[in-house]
Amino acid sequence: MNFDLNDEQQEIKRTAHEFLAARFKPEKVRELAEARSYDDALWREISELGWPGIAVSEDDGGQGLGMVELAVLLEESGYACAPSPLLGTAGAALVISAAGSDEQRAEWLPKLASGEATGAFGGFDHGANGDAESTLFCDLPTADVVVIFHNGGAFLAPASDVDSEAFEAIDATRSYGLISEPSGEPLAGDVGAGRDRLAVAIAAELTGIAQRTMEMAVEYARERQQFGRPIGAYQGVGHRCAAMLLATEESRSLTYYAAWTADAEPESLPMAAAMAGARGGDAGWQVPASALQVFGGIGFTWEHDLQFWLKRGRVAGRMLGTPRDHRERVADLSGMGSGAPVAA
Amino acid sequence: MDLTLTDSEAGFRDEVRSWLEENHPGSSPEGDDQAEFEFRRAWQKRMHEAGWAGLSWPEEYGGKGATLIEQSIFNEELARQRVPLPANVLGLVMGGPVVIAHGDEDQKERYLEPILSGEEIWCQGFSEPESGSDLASLKTRAVKADANGGNWKVTGQKVWTTYAHEAKYCMLLARTDQDAPKHKGITYFILDMDQPGVDVRPLRQITGEAEFNEIFLEEAEIPDENVIGAVGGGWGVAITTLMFERAGLGAAAVMGLKRSMEDLLAVIRERGLDDDPVIRQRIAELQIGIEAMRLGALRTLTQTMKTGIPGPEGSLSKWEWADYNQALTELGNEVLGPEGMRVNTEWSYRFLRSRANSIEGGTTEVLKNIIAERVLGLPRLR
Repeated sequence: MNFDLNDEQQEIKRTAHEFLAARFKPEKVRELAEARSYDDALWREISELGWPGIAVSEDDGGQGLGMVELAVLLEESGYACAPSPLLGTAGAALVISAAGSDEQRAEWLPKLASGEATGAFGGFDHGANGDAESTLFCDLPTADVVVIFHNGGAFLAPASDVDSEAFEAIDATRSYGLISEPSGEPLAGDVGAGRDRLAVAIAAELTGIAQRTMEMAVEYARERQQFGRPIGAYQGVGHRCAAMLLATEESRSLTYYAAWTADAEPESLPMAAAMAGARGGDAGWQVPASALQVFGGIGFTWEHDLQFWLKRGRVAGRMLGTPRDHRERVADLSGMGSGAPVAA
Repeated sequence: MDLTLTDSEAGFRDEVRSWLEENHPGSSPEGDDQAEFEFRRAWQKRMHEAGWAGLSWPEEYGGKGATLIEQSIFNEELARQRVPLPANVLGLVMGGPVVIAHGDEDQKERYLEPILSGEEIWCQGFSEPESGSDLASLKTRAVKADANGGNWKVTGQKVWTTYAHEAKYCMLLARTDQDAPKHKGITYFILDMDQPGVDVRPLRQITGEAEFNEIFLEEAEIPDENVIGAVGGGWGVAITTLMFERAGLGAAAVMGLKRSMEDLLAVIRERGLDDDPVIRQRIAELQIGIEAMRLGALRTLTQTMKTGIPGPEGSLSKWEWADYNQALTELGNEVLGPEGMRVNTEWSYRFLRSRANSIEGGTTEVLKNIIAERVLGLPRLR
């Protein structure tokens, strides 16, 4: 029993951390966010590092590593708040790997794994009036291929074939879109496993967002002086920071466990993924929101960088299922009756 | 990262599991505290004869020398099979380990075996009415009438002392130097409870039972050979004790919560509340919290096995446990309707007893201070 990253995984984490810190400094994040765009040259670098295909099998043109390694990268991507189509691309590849036919895999996985093509995913949920309503599709405007969840199944479609519109979200570090109706070729395999893996991928990014905003708040609480001492010396602030750590660590524990089950113990994945999705979604919003309170007025200004993590965390945790939806699934899997249908 | 048990860990779990299945004493008798305690003493004796009582103790002192992961597996199995606690919990978890770590050879020879067998019960005299979270401010005094010899004479009051009425010995912190800084004037003693200067009175709590006691000390006598470590060095000894208290208990606490969750789910099904959307959300939230606590304890265990020292992250587990057990018992109390309010039932007891969870063994506020200061590096909180 060893619940820690192994040496190779640590190395991936370190490399990713350093690369992202160098390429996506806060001023770069701001520049890309204000332009609502990705940087093609940086995406080529990310692709050359093999990140989009890290969890794609070698036969399908990927690196043949696992869900834990992808979670490490996405956590770091969330930590850096890096604008790039990594989540949409690696996420689409996860679903195609789990549920695609030989033809679908051959057509898309090598291109997604190499970063030559980019991907998007999203679905249709029951909206306010019970009608099927498009969720936000992650990375859709820039995507070549899109995974569309619908009624427990999923479709795969070239992005140019679907009727879509770009969506300007409060989070400007990523591109989003909406789709008018589900269409495309069905994905006939284990769509559920693909969707569970996606939930873990999103939770990993949210864990990174929580970690970074906690660090920002703690650093500020050590330095900012009021009434003649650092605000971090007041229990009202210190205990808030302790609660951020608890939320972040719970999210991390559940996320890495779920990532581990995906490859090592798939029968445990559905529950683990739902739990990671719920706690990740909560931590990815609550921690940045709590950090804003620590910053006070300055944290509410446009000039402060916290907003990028805060907005990305809020949207990512509600992109493909809200924390409430994930908890509903946990209740189902705990043997509590049928429950109301919530997710696509 | 590999969360499966190794072959040897799985072998150990199977060995524990089958021994417990064959030797499970059944549930302890209810309603008669003395009978219950003797039942637990007999159970401890049986565990000791099979070598399980001193699981974490080194083999040379009658233990099994188990690794942290084995201790965790063992505690998890105890909770899984709802095995009663041994009688001498504090002796096994704190007293013995402290004697092993800080005692001299004579003390080891004298005290360890009766702790393991349950023949001599130990209690802990740390907290005082005016020294709760600020333990180092304790006022109980130990003085020597004659500086060149004779016994220490101890006067003061201790509170929240579990098993004091059953105990032969008390791990006692007392101030031996009034002039030293508060952490430096404290000495760690082994107090013989069986003497005129020691008066034990039960402390009745909101559940109606008296799980704890107060100890009134009036010139109680302690000979020099009962000092553990150096005179004035008691604070350091006590800190080790508290570390032992936390280490390895996470897994048992999680399994206890899981057992309570099973009970709660059964109540919810029985009362037809499975489909209530609010209850579903609250159950899910608890399930997630309990699982996060389980996994966090495993991560801490991995770290501790690497570094050899339990870190301050253990405070997160204790905080989670208190929060989740309180939320769980509140939900249980609520879904039962009027029956939940009936005095002296399983659920009304659990509901009331859980209020102490965020106070005993470190208040949640103190735990948050520890996390803020020692994990996050914030300035000292006030």
